Amino acid sequence: MKFFIPPQLKRLSLAFALFISAFLIIRYSLIPKSFGQYGFYRGASLGEIAQLPVKYAGHKACLVCHQDIDDLKQQDVHSEISCETCHGPGQKHSENGDTTLLEKPISRESCGMCHSKNAAKQKEAVFQVDLKEHNVKKKCIECHNPHQPWNMKK
Amino acid sequence: MEYEKVKPSRRKFLKSAALIAGTAIGFKSLNSSRYLLFAAEPNDKNLPWYGIVIDIEKCIGCGKCAKSCKIENDVPQEPFFFRTWVEQYTVKNDGSVNIMSPNGGIDGFEQQVPDGEIFKSFFVPKMCNHCSKSPCSQVCPVGATFESPEGVVLIDEKYCIGCRYCVQACPYGCRFIHPVKKVANKCTFCYHRLKKNLDPVCMEVCPTGARMYGNLKDRNSKIVKFLKEHTTQVLRPHLNTGSKLYYNALHSEVK
Repeated sequence: MKFFIPPQLKRLSLAFALFISAFLIIRYSLIPKSFGQYGFYRGASLGEIAQLPVKYAGHKACLVCHQDIDDLKQQDVHSEISCETCHGPGQKHSENGDTTLLEKPISRESCGMCHSKNAAKQKEAVFQVDLKEHNVKKKCIECHNPHQPWNMKK
Repeated sequence: MEYEKVKPSRRKFLKSAALIAGTAIGFKSLNSSRYLLFAAEPNDKNLPWYGIVIDIEKCIGCGKCAKSCKIENDVPQEPFFFRTWVEQYTVKNDGSVNIMSPNGGIDGFEQQVPDGEIFKSFFVPKMCNHCSKSPCSQVCPVGATFESPEGVVLIDEKYCIGCRYCVQACPYGCRFIHPVKKVANKCTFCYHRLKKNLDPVCMEVCPTGARMYGNLKDRNSKIVKFLKEHTTQVLRPHLNTGSKLYYNALHSEVK
């Protein structure tokens, strides 16, 4: 028995084939190459995010030049604190130490960020003083060395 | 007679063999396009699977984490865009709760409730929970936000269309639309620092060590040891987000 395909069905199937191939071509050109490499996202974006610049150099970078300050720091209660906690972002300074200097926070308020009295701070977590009562007219650094807080200046 | 029977059975054998081979090839090709159907899984044994611990007892609300995060990641300085921020909770003797977070804690906190009225008070640092079943990446219509193989929820800024579905979907309020780029923005776990063997910046600058991160797959890591020794809790566990941010000493008032 001969199988008969009507001409309109032939034309329709041709149109379908054209439509589907056009869809596939457009889809291929729109989807980035790395899409689906690891999951339902553009795999190349992982590398792009990983390449973003760093602004905080990390405490190991400070030790290259400032080992002496760290030795001081290790002897007192501030030993666990990273340099950049107080001195701010240091990546540029670590690349070019002569021209870009870091901040030296010396105001009472900058010490008070951690050490001001607040009922929300646990007593064991941090030593607290009432900034309105404790030696009001002096700066903290007149008596305390920030790197060795309990080694009092005379 | 017997000789004639062999032919149809051979045909049958070839047919069924072709069917099995075809099915196997079909399933194989389906498996390679699995990514179109399922989210990422922590299957790669060589990569770490990151988790975070925040110790509420250690947080002193200095706001260094929020400040450094804004500098490191170029987050706009306006006081309503934060990738991480600190909240101060004060529970009064009458049971009412006072919650505040002025500029995310960057400028420090002042206790507004007099000492006599305070029952308890504490700080809660907040950030992206890096959920392993993250609602935000499930709703993304274009695949611009995703969980990386390390379990870090990231945003592909070039692919994001800024539709804000993810901002709505995050139950922890950790996403915002960047006012200049007009695309979604959130904590990246400082992915760019992790890849350079540096700690995420909030954990680098935290003076009391209240924040900790590590590989949850490694049984000898610091974070797994901490989780073993303490009773920790995630935020909104009933939502089953698979959050990987564990709080130690979390109070029931925290939302």
